Amino acid sequence: MADILFAAWLIARKDLAIEFRTRSAFLSAVVFSLLGLVIFYYAWDPTAVSAPDLAPGVLWVIFTFSGLLGLHRSFGVEAEDHAIDGLLASPVSREAIFLGKALANLIFVGAVQAITIPALVVFYNLPLGGVAAPLIAIAILAAIGLVAVGTLFSAMAVNTRLAELLLPMLALPFFVPIVTAAGQATAKLLSGRPVIEASAWLKLLLAFDLVFVAACTLAYPFTVED
Amino acid sequence: MSSTLSAGGPARPIVVVAELARAFGARRAVAGVTFSLGAGECLALFGPNGAGKTTLLRVLAGLLRPTSGSARVCGIELPGGGLARSRVGLISHHTMLYEALSSRENVSFSARLYGIRDSRARVEDSLRRMSMLERADAPVRSLSRGMQQRVSIARAMVHSPQLVLADEPYSGLDESGARALTSLLQELRSAGTAIIIVTHNLAEGLSLATHAAVMQRGKFVRYDAADRVNVASYPATYRDAVAASG
Repeated sequence: MADILFAAWLIARKDLAIEFRTRSAFLSAVVFSLLGLVIFYYAWDPTAVSAPDLAPGVLWVIFTFSGLLGLHRSFGVEAEDHAIDGLLASPVSREAIFLGKALANLIFVGAVQAITIPALVVFYNLPLGGVAAPLIAIAILAAIGLVAVGTLFSAMAVNTRLAELLLPMLALPFFVPIVTAAGQATAKLLSGRPVIEASAWLKLLLAFDLVFVAACTLAYPFTVED
Repeated sequence: MSSTLSAGGPARPIVVVAELARAFGARRAVAGVTFSLGAGECLALFGPNGAGKTTLLRVLAGLLRPTSGSARVCGIELPGGGLARSRVGLISHHTMLYEALSSRENVSFSARLYGIRDSRARVEDSLRRMSMLERADAPVRSLSRGMQQRVSIARAMVHSPQLVLADEPYSGLDESGARALTSLLQELRSAGTAIIIVTHNLAEGLSLATHAAVMQRGKFVRYDAADRVNVASYPATYRDAVAASG
């Protein structure tokens, strides 16, 4: 297990180093997120819908689509001159490759969230108060689920001609339960309800994470066999 | 002509392949290949495009599962997981490098994947052997195609594999790079590494080979073990195979 985690860390570090050098996906995702916030802001009628009612939907729609940019890039770097063959021919397990990719994607999505959530709070003048910590917990739990599913489908889609179209088509249906739970929990918190009322959604998110991480880790080796 | 001639029992077999087949749907890319290769031996594999050479190498590298038959690398039945893959070094006409990383970072990353913890000296040595130490810190994307291929070879050699699978390794190399590669492969052979080299250049392949084969439609249409490689007759066999493949 220690070997798998060490190899996963090596792969994640390599992916993050590549992203740090190129910044292509990260900048795209951040710009996309901020533009999304602005567009929703100007399309919003504050007399019809309050900010705490609108913000959860805005937040999770933006995360879902900006995350796809990074997820597509995840195995895209491996397609360049068949780098994936070098990984697969090495002695590290397929599970370690998946976990490494997922970890890099999680850090990527977390970094996008770290910029977007404060921007959302400022734009929509949200009463964050004492709900910052639970909101961060929701963001992390939802990101784990999204990344697990997205990483698996990124691996499946990367070698197809319509990878950029196929990835969202495959991943979005599986994102629905995660986004639903995250959106509902966020709405409870932002509308000033007690944290305990969001705990059921948090537990559901945790359950989704456990199932998706385990299932996707086990399924990944089958996507690269032939 | 038989597709399954035996090499005649090398002392320490590194590769033992028996009736190996690999199909993609109905198409059999490798259709029953048998051979063995011992430590310090080199098989030069020729054949037209689509003959199944790359597929055979990918099976031996652990990238594809055999459909039927068997293959053993260093005594480990394939697919043998990480242990079997740790004994193999794969060179391809694809560099398998990350363009945003430097040569040193690429080779170092590979060394760490193969469990070499204190990899600095090994990485430097590997890059030096391919005359790439001076450009070790340059991003791979800034290097010429030939230089990238040299780095790719350094990457494949950094863990001192017992079996080297080289799929058109001379691709993109200039004269100096080709000489460095030939010298490296000869050195590896002397040190007991088994090599399978796929190339369209008969002279290069046969200069290294102790065994030679011509592959066509997934089978060996000619296979000569160490004491029977007749260099002079290979061009004609190769031309026939290319012509037959259309």
